[in-house]
Amino acid sequence: MALVLTEEQRLLKDTAKDFLESNAPVAALRKLRDEKDPLGYSPELWQQMVEMGWASIILPEAYGGLEFGFQGLGVVLEESGRSLAASPLFASAVVGASAIILGGSEEQKQTLLPAVAGGELTLALALEESNHHRPTHISTTAQVQGDTVVLNGTKRFVLDGHSADKLIVVARSSGAERDSEGLTLILVDRTAAGVNCQRTILMDSRNAADIEFENVSVPASNIIGEISQGWAVLEPVLDRGRVAIAAEMMGVALEAFERTMEYLKEREQFGAVIGSFQALQHRAAHMQSEIELCRSVLLQALSTVDDAPQDLPQLASLAKTKLNELVKLVTNEAVQMHGGIGVTDELDIGFFLKRGRVAMQIFGDAGFHKDRYATLCGY
Amino acid sequence: MEDLEQFRLETREWLEANCPESQRQPMQREDQYWGGRRGKFPSEDAKIWFERMRDKGWTTPEWPTQYGGGGLTPQQGRVLKEEMKRINARTPIYGIGIWMLGPAVLEYGNEEQKQKHIRAISNGEIRWAQGYSEPGAGSDLASLQCKAEDKGDHFLVNGSKIWTTAADKCDWIFCLVRTDPNVKKQEGISFLLIDMDDPGVSTSPIPLISGESEFCQTFFDNVKVPKENLIGELNKGWSVAKALLVHERKLMAEMGSDSPRRVLVPNTAAREYLEFEDGKIADPRLRSDLVDYDMQMQAVALTHFRTFEEKAAGIRSAAALVMKYVGTEAEKTKSELLLAIMGSRGLGWEGDAFTDQEIDTARLWAMSKAMTIAGGSTEIQLNLIAKNVLKLPQS
Repeated sequence: MALVLTEEQRLLKDTAKDFLESNAPVAALRKLRDEKDPLGYSPELWQQMVEMGWASIILPEAYGGLEFGFQGLGVVLEESGRSLAASPLFASAVVGASAIILGGSEEQKQTLLPAVAGGELTLALALEESNHHRPTHISTTAQVQGDTVVLNGTKRFVLDGHSADKLIVVARSSGAERDSEGLTLILVDRTAAGVNCQRTILMDSRNAADIEFENVSVPASNIIGEISQGWAVLEPVLDRGRVAIAAEMMGVALEAFERTMEYLKEREQFGAVIGSFQALQHRAAHMQSEIELCRSVLLQALSTVDDAPQDLPQLASLAKTKLNELVKLVTNEAVQMHGGIGVTDELDIGFFLKRGRVAMQIFGDAGFHKDRYATLCGY
Repeated sequence: MEDLEQFRLETREWLEANCPESQRQPMQREDQYWGGRRGKFPSEDAKIWFERMRDKGWTTPEWPTQYGGGGLTPQQGRVLKEEMKRINARTPIYGIGIWMLGPAVLEYGNEEQKQKHIRAISNGEIRWAQGYSEPGAGSDLASLQCKAEDKGDHFLVNGSKIWTTAADKCDWIFCLVRTDPNVKKQEGISFLLIDMDDPGVSTSPIPLISGESEFCQTFFDNVKVPKENLIGELNKGWSVAKALLVHERKLMAEMGSDSPRRVLVPNTAAREYLEFEDGKIADPRLRSDLVDYDMQMQAVALTHFRTFEEKAAGIRSAAALVMKYVGTEAEKTKSELLLAIMGSRGLGWEGDAFTDQEIDTARLWAMSKAMTIAGGSTEIQLNLIAKNVLKLPQS
């Protein structure tokens, strides 16, 4: 049954919740922000997550993974959304690892995946070039010269780009600027000559970078999958990423919502707790309904990754759209319902609002996914 | 599990052998059979199909066999539904006796009441109407005034009920009546069954904006009702009613998907009524509205499946409690979207200038406005979610 959690998944969820509550509360992110931490996450925390097996949840057993599937991953990501835990989990153990699993050669899998699972290696996907998610609009070039490939171009909004050990760069080896044909995925060391990485400070106090590639030369054996056939790997990798970030967004929305419901039961005005006012009750009940719909969509999307990948494009676009809309609605209402205190930095609600906005842009906003869904439906 | 597969095979075989070909065709409204003393079969095949299903107990498959049910487990009941759907077998009989009153009598009735009423529902002998709302008691249902006075060996009923669906075609009506006016309003209500052939009962249809008048007002003028027709305890009718409302809301949430009308789905209508450019709907606003609707419907359908799975897994979930709200609002959105897609072709009301389907779509649009009012309005649903799910304090 895909729409209810199994006993194992429930256990994993409880464990994740307990761990994150004590080791990575929102206060931990606040501290990273206030101290302008250069890495943007705690390596000790990440090591603990690795030891708990979180970096290997979706990896095949043959490469040191737990093979627990996206349904297992989903509960951990949701809990990390609740506590806004900063870690390389999404960029490296989900997106990066998926690119290797789906496109990598046997040798790449053997070398890279166990290292990702063990936390010794972190990956990041260098994809975006404009201010909107347009995965085929790639002008970064990959020129093949014998056994080497030379990269030139600029990438933006590279999640964990400043901290990852290796970058998976999406570059164009042939075709016109907006073609899905002609894309190539290549592994590049972040510290390689010609890679110029600039950390960007975003509103969510998490980690992203703009990265320039200037005549970066890498061996052709670093290509993931076939040259110029990168789209066949990239699209399912992005869909997995969309579903995974949707799971995190569910946690963000739920936590903001539940904190707001608590506040509605405490805060008194006009001699009554404000939660007794129908104007607020109806808006809260509407949000609860949207949460229930999103819950079903998310569970279905997660199990689709594991069980029915042919249906993934539609489910991933559905999940990303619904969760984008949910997070926007709930975080805005959370601020509004808290009133004046809602716009203070002292209250954590602002952190959920800001993480929500960044997550909404990751791998496609609602407009992108509605267009894709409509196209998949044939209109 | 193996037994269930065996049951599936046998069911499939039986349906193949017993469901007439004509009863596997898409159903129009006039093809529905509602039973009752004055019930007419729409065709000979419909009669044969009904009688075979009745004799098998499968008009009410999950009710106990001693009262005329099929005695199936919920899992078997689901298999039967799936197998009927597989061959598009029509529902042999409709009725709120099956959907609502039967489950309530099975839960709250005494042995004598079960013997008398349950079998008559399974057999299609009695068609039931529901008497809840009153002209002065809509969303505030508990303020109802229709009274039943204790006259020793019987109750004397006076008052009226409104929105009594198809009451002019029904045989019996189950009513909420005021049996104690001097206590808190919910605590003075009883659940009473009334034979509509009894002297003093009259009914008149109410024309609606959809042009139909399937709802009626039913009047009770010194109607004598035997004491044995009380379901549950005296003045405890509100709990029976609440249990029934759950069935009604579930039904309303599901109704859209089981509509027997010649109604378009927006996705299909778009192909017929809209211009396309390069494979896309040319009007960006309508394209965007359609994708919003399709996504919402997919989410609603998935949530519907989830409530099944949660029920099977024994999980009490909040999802079921939001279905009435999201399901009926989505139906209303669908009707508005269809009208927008069809433009002036969606405005036809009668006559030959429009297809039956177009006229039905326009009329269903008008009818869809009732869906978020009947069975507890959207506003009441939101109140209930706030209270029962979110535990927000009551003012």
